Amino acid sequence: MSIIYFLIGCSVLLALIFLAAFLWAQKSGQNDDLYTPSMRILLDDDVNEPINIIGKEIETNTKK
Amino acid sequence: MTPSATIEKTTCYHCGNDCLTPEYFVEEKQFCCLGCKSVFEVLSESKLCNYYSYNDHPGVNRAQTDKRFDYLNEPDIVNQLIDFKDDNITIVTFYIPQIHCSSCLWLLEQLNKMNPAIHYGRVDFLKKQLNVRFNHHHLNLQQLVELLYNIGYEPVISLQDIIKKQNEPAKDNLVQKIAVAGFCFGNVMLLSFPEYFGISVYEQTFKHFFGWINILFALPVVFYSGWGYFISAWQNLRIKVLNIDFPLALGIAVLFIRSVVDVAINNDPGFTDTLCGLVFFLLIGKFIQKKTYYHISFERDYRSFFPVAVNVITDDVEKSLPLSQLQTGQRIIIRHNEIIPADAILLKGNAMVDFSFVTGESIPVHKTWGEIIYAGGRQTGEAIELEVVKSVSQSYLTQLWNNEAFTRQKDGGGKTFNEKVSKYFSIVLLAIAFGSLLFWLPFNAGRGLAAFTAVLIVACPCALALSTPFTMAAALSIFDRNMFYLKNTRVVEHMAAIDTIVMDKTGTITNGDNSNIEFHGNFTGLQKQLIYSTCINSIHPLSRMICEHLGEQKRLPVNSYIELAGRGIIASIGNHHLKIGNSNLVFGHDMESPHITAIYIAIDGINPGYITIKHNYRNGMDNVAALSPVYDMYLLSGDQDHEKKDLLQFFKKPDRLLFNQSPQGKLDFIQSLQVGGKKVMMIGDGLNDSGALKQSDLGIAITDNVNNFSPGSDAIMDGRSFNKLPSFLRFSKDAVNIIHLSFAISLTYNFIGLSYAVSGRLSPLIAAILMPLSTVTIISFTTLATHFAAKKRNLL
Repeated sequence: MSIIYFLIGCSVLLALIFLAAFLWAQKSGQNDDLYTPSMRILLDDDVNEPINIIGKEIETNTKK
Repeated sequence: MTPSATIEKTTCYHCGNDCLTPEYFVEEKQFCCLGCKSVFEVLSESKLCNYYSYNDHPGVNRAQTDKRFDYLNEPDIVNQLIDFKDDNITIVTFYIPQIHCSSCLWLLEQLNKMNPAIHYGRVDFLKKQLNVRFNHHHLNLQQLVELLYNIGYEPVISLQDIIKKQNEPAKDNLVQKIAVAGFCFGNVMLLSFPEYFGISVYEQTFKHFFGWINILFALPVVFYSGWGYFISAWQNLRIKVLNIDFPLALGIAVLFIRSVVDVAINNDPGFTDTLCGLVFFLLIGKFIQKKTYYHISFERDYRSFFPVAVNVITDDVEKSLPLSQLQTGQRIIIRHNEIIPADAILLKGNAMVDFSFVTGESIPVHKTWGEIIYAGGRQTGEAIELEVVKSVSQSYLTQLWNNEAFTRQKDGGGKTFNEKVSKYFSIVLLAIAFGSLLFWLPFNAGRGLAAFTAVLIVACPCALALSTPFTMAAALSIFDRNMFYLKNTRVVEHMAAIDTIVMDKTGTITNGDNSNIEFHGNFTGLQKQLIYSTCINSIHPLSRMICEHLGEQKRLPVNSYIELAGRGIIASIGNHHLKIGNSNLVFGHDMESPHITAIYIAIDGINPGYITIKHNYRNGMDNVAALSPVYDMYLLSGDQDHEKKDLLQFFKKPDRLLFNQSPQGKLDFIQSLQVGGKKVMMIGDGLNDSGALKQSDLGIAITDNVNNFSPGSDAIMDGRSFNKLPSFLRFSKDAVNIIHLSFAISLTYNFIGLSYAVSGRLSPLIAAILMPLSTVTIISFTTLATHFAAKKRNLL
């Protein structure tokens, strides 16, 4: 039964890894906004890539 | 056959308002104004017309003047607004109140497609915030804000750190503490099971091993998760206050010390399982409490709970708009005694603003045209027109309501039930602990010590820490749903203690509209215009009725305007001098008059006639009158006693009706009742009884969608909920009873636990069972009981 020492050690280590993962996700803001992602998935991907007119102007300006 | 021309009302493709001219027409779509058309053109150039496919008319009306954002070039201002900046990128968060639908969400997250210098835009829908990361070499802050403005989502730029305040609750690492406590709790429980089921003699080494591992797990629980309780108890002890955190901190400390001693010296399992469980449940309680309060204040901030409306002028037509829909650039009209709801520039009228709600200074301040008047000021004098420059912050108004200036002195005196009990709890607890120690000392010192620590462990003030906030929060949200808005949770307890109700007449028990009004005498056109021009400046229910009855009249400019509470108006328009009000004001003496409220008019000394108004009483007056055997009911009115007969059916005894009361008289009357030991609740419309409202133990301002927000009140009631007043009173009593009952339940648990503890026979198993059991029982009891009580009173 002394194998229990080793088993407990392993499982505690594994559990600590999970705790660390949770704390890391919490810190990086995963749980800050729980509502907006539910709206975001309902939006479609664009078929046509929008043309950025304003972007082209800035590029031409900076080139000068 | 000529086809008949059908006139169709076209609506703007962008915002949905009616199109008054067919002028703005692009790509076969109609727009109401240049602004809406411009936004559409910007979007269609960037091929972002999917904006319109998610919702009909997703845009907000864009008929506004040009905005200037040059001040955003100042580096000081930029530094205050942005979140982060390094060599290439800047990250900034904006508050954009126009976010209201999925189209807004979609468009704002496509910002990077409108301009490649923007890396991404991320929306938090509920908080209406937009987080943008951009390359500041190619795009500066001013250009970014201008882009947002051009597509119709102008951010609210305020140096007051709205964003930081909104994000504060998230920064607290309560969740992390709960995660650690829960983690340790689970592990310790698992490792304690062998002890519960019995470890045989051959496996004693495991007992030691488990014991030490448990201590190891208990370390982060005590020194990280539970550390807040120690700090709070210590800080309160320094100011000589025994609050609820003291017995909790004491319990945690004793649990830990006893467990260490047990495992190290006595070879006992220790109480680590109870320790971790206690901290875990307490933190969860705190978390739920925070979430509930945040939810309530969130609803109050973002979903505009106050039934406050403001009159907006568009194209010379006055319209009443709920406060939440007020936007910058709109022109509002504020009358005598109305609160200015948002920072605005004075455009027209003579402004004498009373800032007593904001600064405490009650002398009205004169404001000149073009000057900004800050939100919270109250206009005294004629009606003024303003242009809103900053959008309304309900949170600011709520803050004002809870301002130091309005917390009554009584709050300090009358402690809540919670505070009273926590003081005694700690003292009694220590007494029992020392008592049992001294009892056992002569016989068995070890057992005495065990009993001492056991008492401190078992006695759990969970009821106090958990049930009161839960019940109060639930009660508050139920009241809010019934359009009865309380200032804070203390009000519930005050309400339960009330035994006398005093009511104002005009505007309170009478309806603001729906009355029979009759003009006696011949009024010329000019006289009607004069009366209209005078009364339009007032929000008194009688003046509003007069204006409504006179209908559309030409409004003449007023030279001077004085409104005397409870008596009438004195004004001068051009060369004419007007007096409108009761007979005392107009004639100087009381008159014999019919049994109906009469308003007398004197123009330049002559009396063209008078106006009589027969009131309709509010819906539910019978209901409220039925309160009378239980509560003492009084009526105070500034009018004469015309309607005495009608009112007697509600108030039964004539000595309960008092007429001809001045505002000071009302205050004195309430004071006299309080001197007699009564707890008085005053219901008024906040206009000329704000002093009385403040003086009473509980002041309720009843409102009919008029901007007479009166910070001196403790609660605001929408006129439609007046008939529920008896239910509200009974429900508040229920809430207080629930708290008392839950405390009784906790006492029972404590009693059982203490009987084990005092005899020194407390085992970890019993402690581990009792504590979570009591917590769960109390929480579920308060939640279910509050819901049940609300259903019983028909409030849910």
